Amino acid sequence: MTLNEWIFVGLFLMAGWMLPVVPLLLGYWLAPRRPNPVKKQIYECGVQTVGSAWVQFRAQYYVFALVFVAFDVELVFLFPWALAYNKLGLFALFEMAVFILLLVVALVYTWRKGALEWS
Amino acid sequence: MFEVPGLGDLNVAATLPVTSLVLGTCILLIVDLFVPTDRKHITAWLAALGIGVLLVLALLALGEITEFGDGEEAFSGMFVADAFTDMINVIALITALLGVMVAYNYLERTGIQRGEYYVLLLFATAGVMFMGAAGDLVVVFVALELLSIPLYILSGFRRPQEASEESALKYFLLGAFASGFLVYGIALIYGATGTTNLHDIWQAAGDIVAGHKSGRFLLLGGAGLALVGLGFKVAAVPFHMWTPDVYQGAPTPVVAYMSVAAKAGGFAAMARVLASGLSNFALDPGEAAVWQDTVWLLAILTMLLGNVVAIVQTDLKRLLAYSSIAHAGYILIAVAAAGTAAVADEAVQSVAIYLMAYALTNVGAFAVIVAVERDDATNTGLDSMRGLANARPWLAAAMALFMFSLTGIPLTAGFVGKWFVFKAALAADLIPAAVVGVVTSLVSAFYYLRIVWLMYFEESEVEVSTPWPLAWAIGVASVGTLLLGMLPYILTDMVREITLAFGG
Repeated sequence: MTLNEWIFVGLFLMAGWMLPVVPLLLGYWLAPRRPNPVKKQIYECGVQTVGSAWVQFRAQYYVFALVFVAFDVELVFLFPWALAYNKLGLFALFEMAVFILLLVVALVYTWRKGALEWS
Repeated sequence: MFEVPGLGDLNVAATLPVTSLVLGTCILLIVDLFVPTDRKHITAWLAALGIGVLLVLALLALGEITEFGDGEEAFSGMFVADAFTDMINVIALITALLGVMVAYNYLERTGIQRGEYYVLLLFATAGVMFMGAAGDLVVVFVALELLSIPLYILSGFRRPQEASEESALKYFLLGAFASGFLVYGIALIYGATGTTNLHDIWQAAGDIVAGHKSGRFLLLGGAGLALVGLGFKVAAVPFHMWTPDVYQGAPTPVVAYMSVAAKAGGFAAMARVLASGLSNFALDPGEAAVWQDTVWLLAILTMLLGNVVAIVQTDLKRLLAYSSIAHAGYILIAVAAAGTAAVADEAVQSVAIYLMAYALTNVGAFAVIVAVERDDATNTGLDSMRGLANARPWLAAAMALFMFSLTGIPLTAGFVGKWFVFKAALAADLIPAAVVGVVTSLVSAFYYLRIVWLMYFEESEVEVSTPWPLAWAIGVASVGTLLLGMLPYILTDMVREITLAFGG
């Protein structure tokens, strides 16, 4: 890259910074401030806040989260593959079969280990 | 529009040694689900059987009795099957086989016998083998993760023991950090050369050096970051901090396996990335590669720190951790030597020889620690070696042999490894590194031979358990160490075929 092209990178960087900073500053300067106790409450999806946030909770669902991520990513791969399938031919079919087979092995493993039961 | 590859381009046959291992491991993972908890020896046997078959095939391929896709490319150049691949395959499989044999009874008596141990060990082995066959930076990265992630889990295998969990978490956090460096390095190399294929990188690097192409600093940054990432995996100073803690906390059979596997994988990657892809990346055409000076400086630091700090250790596993850092330093000398084009082949061959010698010796030494260790993971101090010679003369003799080999005393495999590494260093004119190597070897004699002294000239009550798989593992390791030491040409003939440098 020549020096001139680097200038564009710099411009992009500055524009990228301004995108979040400018609205925040605008809101800070323009917004009227009339606080009351209800407004100052911690926002919890409209539900009234209950108790402290520092509680222990079961981390059991991490297995579900892991399995979810695995199959989520699988879909990300499957979608473009399905779109371009006609052009890719046998090669892609083979590749995808290998990929899905490996994931199935993982699923069978988690299933047999009882990780999918909620108890 | 890119060209759509056909099924024939895959050339799966060339990848069979490692793909069949991955397939077999997947099957083993499923089979293990149906093996009752008190019969996990079935899983162990199946794993050992699979490794055994593959090892025989890999040895045949190395001896060139059968040409298993030699010098071929597969998966559109992502996978390379050449003599170096064969050599790394053999090292990885021998280590895996010994790893299973060392672990079996230990897991049983410490109450952590689970089928996953063998499955994870096999996946890590596949990672090492992929690394030896990497023709593309993406494969280097994926293989490194395939090697590392099972090792993180194996370090914490002694759940819920605190030391083991601590070691797993430390290893994981620092390892993930190091992987980040490697990926960033790969990204910069891609930015400079426009490709991740090692052969294309080599060509692009040639253009950059000759001044036909810009991106010299980008490539320099990429090479540097990749070196940091790989330096972490092989425990080179100053990226070695995790080693002692991880080695001390992880279950001993795991350490026996990973001390060798992580090194074999890391140095295979260094050989592929530095000695092959970036071999011609010099400041001026015809000079030694630009990374050479950095690597030999790292080597000197690594040898000095590893050997000096090992002297004051009182725990055997910690001592061998520092010793493994020191040995990473010796191999780094050979990697640095590969930066000189005329010596490149010789240097990479010496890396392979050293790795083989180190694999047999180090797994053997850790196997002896497994034998003296108690069920609650205590008794791994230097004192545990006291009086071993009277109680168990053969075990003590084997340990003495491993210590001689780690020191590099003639007639052992360690001597052969050091001999070829120093020879390559002298040929590449890296006199300071070679001198520091010889001097630190002398220093290392102090702490290795102290163990021999404790075994033979001090008295103590000894309680040792050597069930037959462990005994056989120690036996195989010591025979291998002796054989390579006395008949080195068996190995040197095999590695002579290794050439990583791209011609033309």
